[in-house]
Amino acid sequence: MPIERFTILTSRTVVLPGANIDTDQIIPARFLTTTTRAGLGEHLFADWRYLPDGTPRSDFVLNRPEAHGCRILVAGGNFGCGSSREHAPWALADYGFRAVISTELADIFRSNCLKNGLLPVIVDEPTSAWLIEHPGAQVTLDVLAGTLTLPRGAAVPFALEAFARHCLLRGLDELDYLLERRNEIEAFERRA
Amino acid sequence: MASAPQTLFDKVWRAHEVSAESADSPAVLYIDLHLIHEVTSPQAFAVLRERGLSVRRPERTLATMDHSTPTLTAQVFGGAPIALEAARRQVRELEANCAEFGVELLGLTHSERGIVHIIGPELGLTQPGKTIVCGDSHTSTHGAVGALAFGIGTTEVGHVLATQCLLQRKPRTLAVNVSGELRAGVTAKDLILTIIGRLGVSGGTGHVIEYRGDTIRALDMDERMTVCNMSIEAGARAGMIAPDETTYRYLEGRPRAPRGEAWERALEAWRALPTDALARFDREVELDAAAVEPMITYGTNPGMVIPIGGAIPQRCGDAAFSQALAYMGLAPGEPIRDRPVNVVFLGSCTNARLSDLRSAARLLQGRRIAPGLRMLVVPGSQQVKRQAEAEGLDRVFLEAGAEWRESGCSMCLGMNGDVVGRGEYAVSTSNRNFEGRQGSGARTLLASPLTAAACAVRGRVTDPRELM
Repeated sequence: MPIERFTILTSRTVVLPGANIDTDQIIPARFLTTTTRAGLGEHLFADWRYLPDGTPRSDFVLNRPEAHGCRILVAGGNFGCGSSREHAPWALADYGFRAVISTELADIFRSNCLKNGLLPVIVDEPTSAWLIEHPGAQVTLDVLAGTLTLPRGAAVPFALEAFARHCLLRGLDELDYLLERRNEIEAFERRA
Repeated sequence: MASAPQTLFDKVWRAHEVSAESADSPAVLYIDLHLIHEVTSPQAFAVLRERGLSVRRPERTLATMDHSTPTLTAQVFGGAPIALEAARRQVRELEANCAEFGVELLGLTHSERGIVHIIGPELGLTQPGKTIVCGDSHTSTHGAVGALAFGIGTTEVGHVLATQCLLQRKPRTLAVNVSGELRAGVTAKDLILTIIGRLGVSGGTGHVIEYRGDTIRALDMDERMTVCNMSIEAGARAGMIAPDETTYRYLEGRPRAPRGEAWERALEAWRALPTDALARFDREVELDAAAVEPMITYGTNPGMVIPIGGAIPQRCGDAAFSQALAYMGLAPGEPIRDRPVNVVFLGSCTNARLSDLRSAARLLQGRRIAPGLRMLVVPGSQQVKRQAEAEGLDRVFLEAGAEWRESGCSMCLGMNGDVVGRGEYAVSTSNRNFEGRQGSGARTLLASPLTAAACAVRGRVTDPRELM
């Protein structure tokens, strides 16, 4: 079952600078009662985005007019730590994000991003610091070249394993890949 | 030629490689045991249905319900409907999915139901050398018996249901060597909180931790599970402890452990699992157990932790740190001891096994919780609940003024309606003190069951040794 292909993305950024933003902040547990994937974008960062009575907090970055239409999130280190809930990338993607840039992403979150066409981009400290100091910067992510291009034209490489790149570029689903390995799995089960 | 020395992790990983990783592709890793629950499985079953797939090995899959389930007896066993409509729907959907796909379900009223990471070991399904996954990050708990166990996302739950396999990059290894004796009043929870404080909340990212050393060898199985449970809070997907006589004594005779000749064969295989003498880890960290104090968190991640007698640290110019303290209503330099506490939660996959309840009950025996304080005791499984009741622990909790509930995740993540109020301070034996984790605006202080009981009696943050 194909997922959306990811080749090149140019967008302005939204910045959430703090380190260790956990998946409970990305999507609080009370919204995990859904049995589908759809509609979680509305609850993205719910406790930071809305006052207890449900009105938007004007001081939260996603509620500012300049955040509208931004598809790249720049986050502090260890973004996505904590709970394994895939509802976190579902909520980010449903909101409209297609990439998360950080110095470090939590393991399970990173894996979940790749399965939902959300590009995890790991950059070095200086690049991260520049992006955090320049919210709204227009940048380009090129999956084939493995580069992040900053507004002045400097292209910074980011690591992405070959398999993930292959899947993103072609919109391939890991489940299809695993299902094609049925014979090997059967052989393993026979010798185990 | 003798094979190169290997770690426990290497041995379990290699034995489950359907195909090894290469530069171009991740390893295909075979999964021995897949545990599922009502919150992270519905969308995975939906994918199977959309694509006309079946569950490849239903006998390697076990379902239970814990995350959103009620803990009030009438809502579990009848007399009152499940109060939350969404929880009712998830419970019904898991029942329907298990029936349709032929997966065994320990359902809401089943005598063996409980928190998924408590019932796996309790039933003897969790065994050394197995690969175990679940759509929950605290799956690392099962590593306490020498299994490779880690949390996965819902898409991966679908992969395992359909193929019994996962695509994985091989993680690096981190040895945490602990030696010396834990002092009286210092528990396995204090030890793991100290380790997380040392490593930091991302110190274990990309690694599998093996906890080693004479301190770890001296822990019983419940304590080892508490340690492995919180590996994810240091960023590590899995934590492991080599199996030994303690492990085998724990597993022998459990309902789903091997029996007779199969037990003897299993034992022989398990004895070959511990890390070889000359095996190398990618990283090693040393810790002196005798220096560990009763610990408590003061911030909004489990790495923000200090001894109960300590002061809240200063970190100038760190905006996230200041935001965390503002959320907690605490200031740098202040002592944490004697801060008023509104709620005490004794429960969760970290600390709701029988020994945890015993430890808290011993301190509460003959005492009452502070006026105005709420204490919720939620056993980790229905079996734990029955055992505790057989020992009279429920009476100790009730007579002290606490609430005694049916098993489930409950107030650890507040999905089922068991929540801490806005601005309230909760001393909790669970694993996460994230903002809003136990309820919107709730302020969580993580600690051991012993400390939690002491805080309940005093109504203030208390070093349990003062009451022992």
